[in-house]
Amino acid sequence: MKNRRDFLKVAGASALGLSTLSAGNAFAIGEHFIPADQTKKKDSVLEGTRWGMVIDTRKLTPEIVEDVTHICREKHNVPDCQLFEEPKKNKEHHEIKWIWEEHFHNAFPNMAADFLAKKLEDTPFLVLCNQCENPPCVRACPTKATFKRPDGIVLMDFHRCIGCRFCMAACPYGSRSFNFQDPRNGLVDRKPTNPDFPTRMKGVVEKCNFCAERLAVGEMPHCVEVSKGAITFGDIGDEHSEIRLMLEENYTIRRKVALGTGPSVFYIV
Amino acid sequence: MLDKALNGSKSYWLWLAGLSAIIGLAFLVYMKQWTFGLGITGMHRDFTWGFYIAQFTFLVGVAAGGVMLVLPYYLHDYKAFGRITILGEFLAIGAVVMCLLFIVADMGQPTRAMNVILNATPYSMLFWDALVLNGYLALNLIIGWKLLEAERNGVAAPKWVKPLIYLSIPWAFGIHTVTAFLYSGLPGRGFWLTAVLAPRFLASAFAAGPSFLMLLCFIVRKNTNFDPGEKAMKTLMKIITYALIANIFFFGCEVFTAYYSNIPEHMAHINYLFGFGDHSHGVLVPWMWTSMILMITAIIFLVQPKIRNNEKYMPILCIMVFIGTWIDKGMGMMAGGFVPSPLHHYNEYVPTVPELMITVGIWCVGFAVITILFKIAVSIKEEIRA
Repeated sequence: MKNRRDFLKVAGASALGLSTLSAGNAFAIGEHFIPADQTKKKDSVLEGTRWGMVIDTRKLTPEIVEDVTHICREKHNVPDCQLFEEPKKNKEHHEIKWIWEEHFHNAFPNMAADFLAKKLEDTPFLVLCNQCENPPCVRACPTKATFKRPDGIVLMDFHRCIGCRFCMAACPYGSRSFNFQDPRNGLVDRKPTNPDFPTRMKGVVEKCNFCAERLAVGEMPHCVEVSKGAITFGDIGDEHSEIRLMLEENYTIRRKVALGTGPSVFYIV
Repeated sequence: MLDKALNGSKSYWLWLAGLSAIIGLAFLVYMKQWTFGLGITGMHRDFTWGFYIAQFTFLVGVAAGGVMLVLPYYLHDYKAFGRITILGEFLAIGAVVMCLLFIVADMGQPTRAMNVILNATPYSMLFWDALVLNGYLALNLIIGWKLLEAERNGVAAPKWVKPLIYLSIPWAFGIHTVTAFLYSGLPGRGFWLTAVLAPRFLASAFAAGPSFLMLLCFIVRKNTNFDPGEKAMKTLMKIITYALIANIFFFGCEVFTAYYSNIPEHMAHINYLFGFGDHSHGVLVPWMWTSMILMITAIIFLVQPKIRNNEKYMPILCIMVFIGTWIDKGMGMMAGGFVPSPLHHYNEYVPTVPELMITVGIWCVGFAVITILFKIAVSIKEEIRA
């Protein structure tokens, strides 16, 4: 309660300050206003025409899968559904998933063969948002709260999402999660595990963002860094990129390509 | 004309008071949802639209069903419907009000509802759905009100009402088509991804809407001096018969396409709903069979003119049709779409008690709206006759 009261005090004081200064501020902002496309980007920003990912499932081990899913949850403040008080049973009903493990026959239900290679049955498959070239979720969203950037990343605006969950019905990969309750209920002491990344609120949808916040500061996605080479990230729109070379040299598959969504996540099996 | 709503018998007020009590209780439960979130419902990650959207889908149909009175009366000059067309329009208003409330109840962030207008997105079917539903509500309010007013004053309705009436006819088809497009345009949901979904929605709507209206007609006739007319009721029964047969026919087309083509993605959902195959113990299996048996039995009776036209059997037949289509297009439509999930997991859904209470509350709002509007319409018709 104390925190809340402190917050209100600060908020009240700021509101007072803003109201007295607002006229002057508006003028100041107007004078120095620069449209986003005219600002200079830092040289370290990673830019691409279409970001993509290759997951070499031959290199995936249970340990790497654990590291990958763990770092993603920690760095993006993804709640741990086992910490939820409600619902008492089936806590995973409210689970938030960004990148997680599935069996081959779940990741590729339309490819599940009767005589599947044993090693594929046993291999952990990592699934995440496919950052589709033609994303059905973006088409479905009635508020443009989910949108595709020019570099191909499909992002969420958590402040605009109305929580209608149309995007979840539209996604053929089950890659989206809804905050059925305050996600901080699933964080220890309700505190973010990574203060540099925002926690979300109840009633909005979320999903993997291809670590857009990392690309903006010139870093590779978290999962790539801890994958011990099993995950490659790069610009698949650039024919000279390392990832394109990998795609040329290896036979890769994508999830449900027949639906025309154009997934940007490739799997080497 | 509102004065007619404020001047009723004791049982009228008791009924409204009862409804208000339930609505009040449901609102308290909704406050729990407001603070905690949609987690108080039985919905989950793999089953993201539940009881609320099931009601919504069904009720859009009921709303569209009103056109089965408007169309014959205005386009074919079918006089027998003249007396009750207004009831069809007012039923549509009540149904759309419920639809909008169910949408709001289902939103994770209801305070942002206006984002749909502020950030209008024409490629989203939900944007169009919001547009056509509110438009349909406005059309029916204006048309119903103006016609009743004219009738009361013994004058012809203003000329500009006529084009609105003509507009409301395709519009009624439109609301349910767009609602079907919410589902049928999604890749990777085999149960919904079918061109026959919109026609099937319309067919079941034209059975469910008129059967609900028939039941209301019986209630009105019992409690007031207003008689909807025998001929009108018999014609409505005929419409229900054809519509219900069309609904079952379309479903049969679905079943044929799924099973003859033998495509697992399309069969899996029907298997789940009706209890075939590997995952045969779905919670909805008894419900789906109840729905099918109710609809098919109703057809067997309805095609016999002696039974269909007998007022003794009309109410029970209408109840059968109503419940059958309610299960079919409500929970059946949701569960069929979401189970199995896109990753082929079988995660079922059962609504929770708070969720059911909120649902009942919204139905009561709808009943209250329909009661008040019907009270106005019937009082005025009684007044004219006297």
